[in-house]
Amino acid sequence: MKRPEDTRVVVGMSGGVDSSVTALLLKQQGYDVVGIFMKNWDDTDETGFCTATEDFDDVVRVCNQLDIPYYAVNFEKQYWDKVFTYFLDEYKAGRTPNPDVMCNKEIKFKAFLEHALSLGADYVATGHYAQIRRIGDRVEMLRGVDDNKDQTYFLNQLSEEVLEKVMFPLGHLPKSEVRRIATENGLATATKKDSTGICFIGERNFKEFLSEYLPAQPGKIMTLSGEVKGEHDGLMYYTIGQRQGLGIGGAGGPWFVVGKNLQENVLYVGADYHNDALYSDGLLATDLNWINEAPIEAFHCTAKFRYRQKDSGVTVYPNTDGTVKVVFDDSERAITPGQAVVFYQNEVCLGGGTINEIIKNDKFLDYVG
Amino acid sequence: MNAIYLDHAATSPMHPKVIEEMTKCMHDQYGNPSSVHSFGRKSRQILDRARLVAAQSIGANEKDIVFTSGGTEADNLAILGVANESTKGKHIITTKIEHHAVLHTTEYLEKHGYRVTYLDVDEDGLVSVEELKRALTDDTILVTVMMVNNETGVIQPIREIGELLRDHPAVFHSDAVQAYGMLPINVQELGVDLLTVSSHKINGPKGLGFLYSHPNVRLNPRQFGGEQERKRRPGTENVAGIAGFTEAIKLAQAERELRYEMYLHYNQTFIHVLKEEGVHFEINGNDSPRVPTITNISFPGTNVEQLLTNFDLSGVAASSGSACTAGSVEPSHVLSAMFTENSACTTNSIRFSFGLANNEENILEAARRVAQIVKRLTTN
Repeated sequence: MKRPEDTRVVVGMSGGVDSSVTALLLKQQGYDVVGIFMKNWDDTDETGFCTATEDFDDVVRVCNQLDIPYYAVNFEKQYWDKVFTYFLDEYKAGRTPNPDVMCNKEIKFKAFLEHALSLGADYVATGHYAQIRRIGDRVEMLRGVDDNKDQTYFLNQLSEEVLEKVMFPLGHLPKSEVRRIATENGLATATKKDSTGICFIGERNFKEFLSEYLPAQPGKIMTLSGEVKGEHDGLMYYTIGQRQGLGIGGAGGPWFVVGKNLQENVLYVGADYHNDALYSDGLLATDLNWINEAPIEAFHCTAKFRYRQKDSGVTVYPNTDGTVKVVFDDSERAITPGQAVVFYQNEVCLGGGTINEIIKNDKFLDYVG
Repeated sequence: MNAIYLDHAATSPMHPKVIEEMTKCMHDQYGNPSSVHSFGRKSRQILDRARLVAAQSIGANEKDIVFTSGGTEADNLAILGVANESTKGKHIITTKIEHHAVLHTTEYLEKHGYRVTYLDVDEDGLVSVEELKRALTDDTILVTVMMVNNETGVIQPIREIGELLRDHPAVFHSDAVQAYGMLPINVQELGVDLLTVSSHKINGPKGLGFLYSHPNVRLNPRQFGGEQERKRRPGTENVAGIAGFTEAIKLAQAERELRYEMYLHYNQTFIHVLKEEGVHFEINGNDSPRVPTITNISFPGTNVEQLLTNFDLSGVAASSGSACTAGSVEPSHVLSAMFTENSACTTNSIRFSFGLANNEENILEAARRVAQIVKRLTTN
């Protein structure tokens, strides 16, 4: 094992408090720390304002406080090709993509990792709330201790090979502690607001953003039994289980999105939060990634179907084609195609995949898109 | 590891004698040059001497020198000053390879009713006088072409353009920031009406420059206030800075040929080591006349961000000579003009620029470090 001062750690710095504290902690531990800002998206507006410029300015201030070198790297093209194209394609297909999962897989822990390695890095570090456990040659990814902040859901596509070269210095800290450390050390970003939403959309209106890239096709809102309830603005604007923004009221409600018919351009709704159509008992996942070894036979574990949801018990049945069938211990509400399903054995994240089909009574649901 | 500075075209270290002059001035002279007392007069003497030294360095008259806050302000004052004053036309000719201090100023004017022609350059980075001739119209009020390009070091045909414009009423401006101190400059002989010079590129202090302005050129001021600089650039003068700038000019004049030879030697030594080490590279603008201080090298199979970061982490300070947005490097507009936007050269080229911080030893060392990095990045 190299001494810290001989170990170069390249920190992916966003200009936020988490990555700032990441760099601080590594510096305090004596590593040879290099800060790098990734520019993945250009949102320069008419007035010349660009979020990336502001964020990079924060990276510069923090790195100067820590007296570490800082650089930037431009991955706009890779981001567009690998993340944004996927994002649009999924919406076109009526699904609800997860660009953060793809960004981690293709950009932060691929393009960025490669860049860092070309700079002589031994490790890359990010401010993600996840932990890495090294047992001999084995490297596992564990949930962050801050349950509310755990980000392993978004990191489910990382491989053990990648994790070997990764550090998550914040994984054992609660968020409040990270803020406290930032404040105590007077970091320029100590009180900076956390970014919310998808990075390239930022605080903007999601619908407006999407409409700039995909033509919206308004169509009918119906119940599964064919009763027309209103008009939708375009199927891509809705996700399974959604209540807000349907613009239909009246008797029988409240109304929830229960499915989509892409061919007919119909949005299906059903009354009541607990509408039976929203419930299913299994799913088929594709694009599986197993962080350590891939399962060869069925096993029981827990799973998350969306970020910040509590785990649910599931049984995973591996198929010969690499996909898996996931059967829920108890029926689940609003499982959404395109989102990630991520598996856990207690604290260890096993990996995950993309929800491709929803299963109910041993059949694929045909109304979820 | 000691860091080696190969970015003199970005800025240069101050010469010890410059620092000495400035320190002396800061200690002794705090008067305002416009004041009607002995304190003021002493500062005014420094200013007068500076103006004379600056004027003589380019074969001009003292009254034609306007001290500014640097090259950018001088470029802005030249272009906006002429455009706003002229009633003769609305057409400006410049080139695609100018510094942004020029390009962003002409773009601003385009939004205010001016028509701007941006001349192409060939693959060697040269502006064509013939093309410029064709672009000239009766409506052309200003031609602005840099003397030496800041990214490639390519020397532009200023004398020929000056010759061409002798029979045309358009005012001729040249940004000579990278040429001054390396090339002999005489504004009369070159036929230049306006000339930009910067202090910190010639081992003077930052925040200073001057604009030469021919007495026949009517300049509309950009700032308003006192009577300083004959109202063309009001504001109390940076006397200590000007004292340092004067010393830097004097040194640059006295040592010009010596420096030229020395930097040429550094340049050649650097290139020689890269060749010896078996690095695959090409010099951009290699077939054109160039100043010895700047060399722009394309390393196929690499990219700028990777190179610059690696260089810095290994203690070699260079640059891509191009604009940065959010700290990441955009393809160079100069190299895009030379090789088209999609050419790999625009994203794999590095500018190395030599000067006062260099000696034979650190040039050799830097070249070895560069060679090692490029080889490592291209053999993987």
